[in-house]
Amino acid sequence: MSGIADIVWLTLRLAGVTTIILLLVATPLAWWLARSRFWWSEVVGALVALPIVLPPTVLGFYLLIALGPHSILMAPLQALGVRTLAFTFTGLVIGSVIYSLPFAVQPLRNAFQAMGDRPLEAAATLRAGPWDAFLTVAVPLARPGFVVAAVLAFAHTVGEFGVVLMIGGGIPGETEVLSIEIYRLVEALEWGQAHLIAGCLLAFAFAVVLSLLLLDRRTGRPRP
Amino acid sequence: MIEACFKGRLGDFSLDVELSTPASGVTVLFGPSGSGKTTLLRCLAGLARLEGRLTVTGEIWQEGRLFLAPHRRRIGYVFQDAALFEHLNVRGNLLYGRRRAGLGEDAEFDRVVGLLGLAPLLFRGVAKLSGGERQRVAIGRALLSDPRLLLMDEPLASLDAARKAEVAPYVERLSREARIPIFYVTHDITEAARLGDRMLMMRDGCIVDTIELKTQAPDAVEQDWLVRRLAQVGADELAAEFVLSGAAPTVARLAVEALNHRVNGGRD
Repeated sequence: MSGIADIVWLTLRLAGVTTIILLLVATPLAWWLARSRFWWSEVVGALVALPIVLPPTVLGFYLLIALGPHSILMAPLQALGVRTLAFTFTGLVIGSVIYSLPFAVQPLRNAFQAMGDRPLEAAATLRAGPWDAFLTVAVPLARPGFVVAAVLAFAHTVGEFGVVLMIGGGIPGETEVLSIEIYRLVEALEWGQAHLIAGCLLAFAFAVVLSLLLLDRRTGRPRP
Repeated sequence: MIEACFKGRLGDFSLDVELSTPASGVTVLFGPSGSGKTTLLRCLAGLARLEGRLTVTGEIWQEGRLFLAPHRRRIGYVFQDAALFEHLNVRGNLLYGRRRAGLGEDAEFDRVVGLLGLAPLLFRGVAKLSGGERQRVAIGRALLSDPRLLLMDEPLASLDAARKAEVAPYVERLSREARIPIFYVTHDITEAARLGDRMLMMRDGCIVDTIELKTQAPDAVEQDWLVRRLAQVGADELAAEFVLSGAAPTVARLAVEALNHRVNGGRD
């Protein structure tokens, strides 16, 4: 068992890395979902949203198999000497990215949809190519969406338990995060410590939700 | 010359036009709503794509499978709703296209800012502009991108009478001073008569008539002449349709006058 500081650090590192990767993955995905006119893009949309309704243990179970030593997905990595990603930090990051994907994609998709075609058409008539227009018009206009996506992805990763338990296993310094530690402390009847961590996570969660609501109030005001 | 030919369907709307106009002055696209004015303008800009061809002063913008994307065409486009970038201030909006044209805050920038009376607004946020100010910024932004062709889609239509009176003089001045051809969409006959050098009358996705305005009509009797001309070209069917389609009051009034003129057998 490692000290509480290590566990907090690992948790923050996991949430931070996950958030950065999520924003990189979710942005093009949300952009495509927002602008695609194919009906089957909703199939992709449904796949992305699946972690919201799926029990985390089910997702964790499949990830455990997919990242385990007998998985065909692991074959190329095994050639490079990596036998398994289950019970590793990298495995946790992959699991967290998939688990929190809908929470990053949805706000971004909404933001991209809300702006409509007009700003991009205006940019095009002002000599901005598609990439230029995306970076200098679409992204700045979607900034509130990016903030919400980042906050939700970070907070949701801090709070995840089921997926982490299935594919992480709570190895100190590698996969032992706060939510797992509370579970372990309660099992060991160390109520004082459990109270402390639970209280901190409660305050953190409240701060996140409150800041989101305040943000929404600030950016969601009606335009004159 | 600006030569264009577009034919095809967009959704449940179809366009079939062929036009050839001098590459100078103001060409008004005039007709009731749903007649294809905006669609034609979007085809010229490359924002919509239909089968056809388009050459602007000898430069081919569309022909067969060749289709220049909007950002590769040297156009300025003024949208009906201004479409300013909300995340930039007025100066940022004005410079967005200008920087991409390889230009900056030079003498021409100052000239356009002066022409449209934008100097006091430069550092204001877009959200704090009135409707008339927004439209002036939009016109300035389009002009400053150094276009070869300026396309304006009912820039005054979304404004109330007071705002319209505020912006109209700027547009009029622009139409006189601009050194580039302008295509101007409107369904307001007064606007058309005041600004246009020629008028393409549109109905059901076709150009039904071309009227030279400035060459034949002196300023004072412009409107009267236009009414006669409407009747003369046998446009009373079109005029009746204006009334039925609930076009702007001025159009309807003029259309009725034109119709009366025709019924009474009046001819020049």
